[in-house]
Amino acid sequence: MSLKHLLSAADLDRATAIEILDTAEEMAGVNSRDIKKLPTLRGKTVVNLFFEDSTRTRISFELAEKRLSADVINFAAKGSSVSKGESLKDTAQTLEAMGTDAVVIRHSASGAAQVLAHSGWINGAIINAGDGTHEHPTQALLDAFTMRRRIHGAASHGKGLDGIKVVIVGDILHSRVARSNLLLLNTLGAEVHMVAPPTLFPAFPQNWNATLHYDFDDALIKVQPDAVMMLRVQGERMNASYFPSEREYSRIWGLNADRLPLLRDDALIMHPGPMNRGLEISSVAADHKNSTVLEQVANGVSVRMAVMYHLLSGERTHTDV
Amino acid sequence: MSKILIQGATLPNGTVADIAIEGDKITAVGTGLSTDGASVIDAKGLVALPGLVDLHTHLREPGFEQSETILTGSQSAAAGGFTAVHAMANTLPVQDTAGVVEQVQRIGFEAGYVDVVPVGAVTVGLDGKQLAELGAMANSKARVRVFSDDGKCVHDPVLMRRALEYVKSFGGVIAQHAQEPRLTEGAQMNEGKVSAELGLTGWPSVAEESIIARDVLLAEHVGSRVHICHLSTAGSVEIVRWAKARGINVTAEVTPHHLLLTDELARSYDAVYKVNPPLRTQEDVIALRAALVDGTIDIIATDHAPHPAEAKDCEWQAAAFGMLGLEIAASVAQDVLIDSGASNWQRLAEVLSHNPARIGSLDEQGQEIAAGSIANITLIDPSVKREISTSHSKSSNNPYRGLTLPGAVVHTIYRGYPTLANGVLAEAGRN
Repeated sequence: MSLKHLLSAADLDRATAIEILDTAEEMAGVNSRDIKKLPTLRGKTVVNLFFEDSTRTRISFELAEKRLSADVINFAAKGSSVSKGESLKDTAQTLEAMGTDAVVIRHSASGAAQVLAHSGWINGAIINAGDGTHEHPTQALLDAFTMRRRIHGAASHGKGLDGIKVVIVGDILHSRVARSNLLLLNTLGAEVHMVAPPTLFPAFPQNWNATLHYDFDDALIKVQPDAVMMLRVQGERMNASYFPSEREYSRIWGLNADRLPLLRDDALIMHPGPMNRGLEISSVAADHKNSTVLEQVANGVSVRMAVMYHLLSGERTHTDV
Repeated sequence: MSKILIQGATLPNGTVADIAIEGDKITAVGTGLSTDGASVIDAKGLVALPGLVDLHTHLREPGFEQSETILTGSQSAAAGGFTAVHAMANTLPVQDTAGVVEQVQRIGFEAGYVDVVPVGAVTVGLDGKQLAELGAMANSKARVRVFSDDGKCVHDPVLMRRALEYVKSFGGVIAQHAQEPRLTEGAQMNEGKVSAELGLTGWPSVAEESIIARDVLLAEHVGSRVHICHLSTAGSVEIVRWAKARGINVTAEVTPHHLLLTDELARSYDAVYKVNPPLRTQEDVIALRAALVDGTIDIIATDHAPHPAEAKDCEWQAAAFGMLGLEIAASVAQDVLIDSGASNWQRLAEVLSHNPARIGSLDEQGQEIAAGSIANITLIDPSVKREISTSHSKSSNNPYRGLTLPGAVVHTIYRGYPTLANGVLAEAGRN
């Protein structure tokens, strides 16, 4: 399967997803060397187009691009002409006129990456680094990579996540991480469970291939998950009556010390970061030996290198003459 | 006086007849009428309808002439078979005073392609706080009878009650844009399975239905009539059906797009499909089509809402709500009522002409095709299948582009003047 863009985790069939995860293993090897650099994207220009603040994601992409020897330009909305009312279209066309091979876009509007890819404004590869409350496909890939590595270790190559049980907990309604994980985990054969207060589930989740639970304890006991993925509670939800108070949220939906004993001894504790310690996750859980939070960060670079490699290396790019 | 003879047209009741026109009147309807001195229109195979009437058009002038003008909107209307359009009040300045509505009507008269009937705002500046001068607009030369804050809901129940009561004195009607504002904050598309996947903020059907339920009860309580704009959900149909059965004086409209398109189209994130109320589900479409057939819904109204390219050529969330509709309304009506086998041309004439004229209190529109009537006539070729491409609107936010729809408007005669002849728009208006 030849990918031109990565807009949604749904763009990845099982074979392609596993291929990317396998490539990411190779990239992880590069990242543990003294000289962490490959010449793969020499001469290619990649723009990190961030309409929304996200230092972590931007740095992760930037590192990935630089380790593949791409020329990297960071375009942040703040301080740029975007804040003066320049449209997505104008920005995209400007980048196109300057000759870019790929655009990594983070935007507060759901669908922005898809609009950019299909508008005709720009010809390069588009990588969705998070669009509104829609998707964040490289996050799902790095989460899958992290689980696969922890569970299968050196035997990971070529494997999916068949039979792995994952419980995703928190603000499902507004989470692009949850949407992308839902799709990719299913593609890789995992069993997806979700836990949230009813206010933070979509009102019509019928198309979601997941089991939904309101009771976190009950879900942990019944599912006995291989991994628990805690989602960040955004500040703007606090005063919008999605739940009564932070204290109540933390008590009922947080991965706190009282809840930890319900986990299997080998269950992974995951979080896409940044964490609200004491709200959705307690420090005991975040710093637990089974916590993968920092591995997820490290793996993010490897996975993004793999995605860049698949989209940009070889004969597919239009600027090869 | 200019004479036109329409030969061999099929009337809504199925009979074939000639229609003689002199000046702005129909002088005779029958067979073998004299062609003497008349320009003859061969209407063999064409269906003759009373000129179409739109109760819900955004002409955008004054204020938003980059989207549409009263002239270009009137031309688009004539091309779609309309002889009257109601110009919605959300202009700038808002149509909330006698001065503005008279100006809109005058510019419409000068354009001369259709009767431009201004709708008055219910509240000053569409702000939902204070009643606009409804009486002054009613008594102005524009003779406003339909009042609406369309685009915004009159959500304050007391204000809605007062408005319903007040317009009784001159036989007016409040046309409600039913949208509970708190339930639709930031709403982008129908709240359903598709919005859950796309991560776009949902516009729940209950936000429409709760306002309709409240307003039919208010109308019953104060003995007024109320009109529901662009009804879009199966639940709304049930409420209106219940209200009518109860004897409440309610009328309802449905747009062409809600009769044809669904929220699945949002998957493209192409903002040409962004509209308010949003495209709903296939179940809703089926319920709306059935309701149009059985009379629960009284009319098709276009909610023709032109926007310039820059308002649509962007990310979904930043795009404006609204789509064109004047030039495909008759085709969608044919699809729903005729080609489906569910109803007949008489019903099509009701939903696109007689009923909207009656709701808008327009005496000289929506008349039967009969001697003595004003000569507003639309001739449609129902056998044509046409791929939708360009339109006469100044804007191109046309969600039907590329679709093949049945039927084509061939001639539009507006007060005895051909505004559309053989599918070609007249170069100048009537006046």
